Amino acid sequence: MGNHSDGSPNHSGTVATAGQNEVEKFQDPGIPPHRLRLADTDPRAAKRAERQVAILFGASVVGTLIFLVAYFAIDLGADSSIATIRLQNTLLGIGTAFAMLGIGTGIVHWAKALMPDHEVSEERHAIRTEEDRLAAVRIVDDIVEETGIKRRPLIRNTLLGAVALAPLPALAVFGDLGPRPDNKLAHTMWAPVDGKTKRLTRDPDGTPIKASDVTIGSAFHVIPEGLNELHEGKLNEKAKSVVLLMRLNPESLKPSPGREDWSYNGIVAYSKICTHVGCPVALYEQQTHHLLCPCHQSTFDLTQECKVIFGPASRPLPQLPIAVDDEGYLYATSDFKEPVGPSYWERDEHERNINS
Amino acid sequence: MSATSTADTPTFVAKTKGGRITDFVDQRVGGSGMLREFGRKVFPDHWSFMFGEVALYSFVILLLSGTFLTFFFDPSMAETHYQGSYLPLKNVEMSVAYNSSLNISFDVRGGLFMRQVHHWSALLFVASVSVHMLRVFFTGAFRKPREMNWVVGSVLLILAMAAGFTGYSLPDDLLSGNGLRIIDGVIKSIPVIGTYISFFLFGGEFPGTAIIGRLYMLHILLVPALILLMIVIHLFMVVVHKHTQYPGPGRNDGNVVGYPLGPVYAAKAGGFFFIVFGVVALMAGFFTINPIWNYGPYDPSPVSAGTQPDWYIGFVDGALRLMPGTFGDWHVEQVWFGHVFTFNVLLPALVPAGILFTVMFTYPWIERWITKDDREHHVLDRPRNAPTRTAIGMAGFVWYCVMWAAAGSDLIATHFHVALNDVTYWLRALFFIGPVLAFIITKRVALALQRKDREIALHGRETGRIVRLPHGEFIEVHAPLNEYKRYKLVGFESPSPLPAEPNSHGVVDRKEKRRAMLSKWFFEDRVAPATPAELAAAHGHHGEHESIEPAAEQKSLSH
Repeated sequence: MGNHSDGSPNHSGTVATAGQNEVEKFQDPGIPPHRLRLADTDPRAAKRAERQVAILFGASVVGTLIFLVAYFAIDLGADSSIATIRLQNTLLGIGTAFAMLGIGTGIVHWAKALMPDHEVSEERHAIRTEEDRLAAVRIVDDIVEETGIKRRPLIRNTLLGAVALAPLPALAVFGDLGPRPDNKLAHTMWAPVDGKTKRLTRDPDGTPIKASDVTIGSAFHVIPEGLNELHEGKLNEKAKSVVLLMRLNPESLKPSPGREDWSYNGIVAYSKICTHVGCPVALYEQQTHHLLCPCHQSTFDLTQECKVIFGPASRPLPQLPIAVDDEGYLYATSDFKEPVGPSYWERDEHERNINS
Repeated sequence: MSATSTADTPTFVAKTKGGRITDFVDQRVGGSGMLREFGRKVFPDHWSFMFGEVALYSFVILLLSGTFLTFFFDPSMAETHYQGSYLPLKNVEMSVAYNSSLNISFDVRGGLFMRQVHHWSALLFVASVSVHMLRVFFTGAFRKPREMNWVVGSVLLILAMAAGFTGYSLPDDLLSGNGLRIIDGVIKSIPVIGTYISFFLFGGEFPGTAIIGRLYMLHILLVPALILLMIVIHLFMVVVHKHTQYPGPGRNDGNVVGYPLGPVYAAKAGGFFFIVFGVVALMAGFFTINPIWNYGPYDPSPVSAGTQPDWYIGFVDGALRLMPGTFGDWHVEQVWFGHVFTFNVLLPALVPAGILFTVMFTYPWIERWITKDDREHHVLDRPRNAPTRTAIGMAGFVWYCVMWAAAGSDLIATHFHVALNDVTYWLRALFFIGPVLAFIITKRVALALQRKDREIALHGRETGRIVRLPHGEFIEVHAPLNEYKRYKLVGFESPSPLPAEPNSHGVVDRKEKRRAMLSKWFFEDRVAPATPAELAAAHGHHGEHESIEPAAEQKSLSH
């Protein structure tokens, strides 16, 4: 409880209105008088500060030694363990920190305790003087006059044209940074080659999956048969063709028209690449039949053909049509019926081409 | 030539060996002029001026540690099998880039330490640039003549983020690979040219075999060169303008009050470099950052839960998370004229960042237009003395922080045991409400602080000494301020709204009316600095009763 007003506007009368602020102001009293430090008056304090600075510099020397010892005494041989590396890393950190902080705090202490701490005032000068400005204008005028660019519009115009066109080659050069997209994004490795369909195989070892292995509630991370045998572009193909395989109670699946034969006995396969920006949709909530993308939390409902029920994705995950072959192994009857992964400008066109 | 000139001028002969060397150099480059100009140049001192220094010094540390790392890093995306000393990854197939990053961590002596120093100082670099910019904004240091330097600083912030992101992706580990995948998804959402840009950037389909090498070139050559260039321009302009100073007795727009460069300021600033280095070394020694060996090599199939980008990319990632992809059955992604408009990616990726950076770049001119203030300012504003600007800054800051928090929505949910969906719903609401609340609250707080300053200037500080007067009233004794402390509280400008003015044709045009409206909004709520007349009046009261408003005092004591 002070004896001042509570500061509310109608109380303190502080809110001035327009035009009323032309009142007398406080005069600047100037730089406050300099106050002496202990070290300025007491020679013993100054001597003490001097010793402290020297000790700090000494600490830096110790730090440098710690670094060198840690660097040379700890050997990272072929059989070095994680603990050795961690120990060395910590000691190198401590050594460097002491070496640097010793110098740094020493210098700052020296500056603050012993160097003169008189604040001084310096005039600011105009950034540009009128005299300079006039001289500069004259010079520019003379330069323009000497080039004669105003008198010779032909030179000026042809130069402008040439300069405007000159960057074009750079654009052309950048055009070869990569191949044209064409319809590469529309197809994946699942497309049958010469009528031969691809089996669903486990990620990462590539062993085929039997329908009987897939129990209700289980989930498999799947890659197409033959992916591991690729010599080039393996990751490119994998980035499009990874699939999640799950088995639900067949009654809980309500396939839309045209998708009735895309699943087998409650086993469904969906693209693992999120339709938002392409992270792997790696989390399967067995109880709720939800798929969750850990990057941006888009959530897809497996019982509604992976419709988006939460998060930033806008399209359902594409479904891979699957069936079982004579030996009981799962295979993809065709490629995805739409491009997988994040949307792109030509996506709708590609989807129409696939389905026509 | 020398014969005549030496005959005319008395020859200077240096006494010491050091002096002779200095003189040798000076006669050839004319260093004494420079030393005369800078040797005793005055720099104002304040703890908040150190953020810019931290930024500069962490960049120096980045150059030093980064150079070490280039000696061992190989940016190739060719396949190899790991044969290094980290057993869990033995014989695992990976890219050469990831392999060499592991070797730096486990088989190069001090390599792990250097990686940690590099990553920590990168985080510190962007952080200190950001905090430095907040300081400049809230104190009004961007005003004339420093608008262009503010723009250079903004460019530096973007370059710092670019440097950070290109470096983050280089080890080709699982985490950074997923980061690139997200970038690829965002690029593909760009209308018309998105797919082409993606193919050109990655040299074909994602991930391809070109991206690491290309980012490496950007990271170690182009971006740092641009940063260096911008730092040179930035510091050059600081020299031209001389440093700003906080308001206080003896300081005005015509002078600089502070310590001379040599020796005090140079010692403090130079010593501070070692302190920054030391702190970074401590962090690198004790706190693991980006343990790539835990993530494994990049593979498009797995991803770990709780994935996070480095902090400065967080606000874009958070915006991506906040945007709903569907409203009921209505899809935000639309197909128009046979082409896909991926608004659910495009809007959050471009719009918030676009607004933040556009306002950031243009703010000095916006405020200058509203206030019609064309004077040079070298004395800073205390944030409370520019309530509307401070409120605008806090609104932007809170908006940024909401998006940034959204990048950790899953971690917020798991750490505080709340539903992930609820976290997202709340943050979506805060995305819109947060800045408004921040604006209102900040402005009120700033005005309240100004009133408090007024009270202290007029009635002195509270001493905590309670005295009972003969008639039973209790009062707290206030001690008056000395004139220096008082001047700090009263020495500021409090402009009032500037009404619309007719232009040269005598017409008040629509733009000018709009400006006048904004000026009203900007300056309407204001607290004028205390005046000597008010102080005299307050002292009059003190003489008789120790209180300015006895009636009010009675009232407050009665309940």
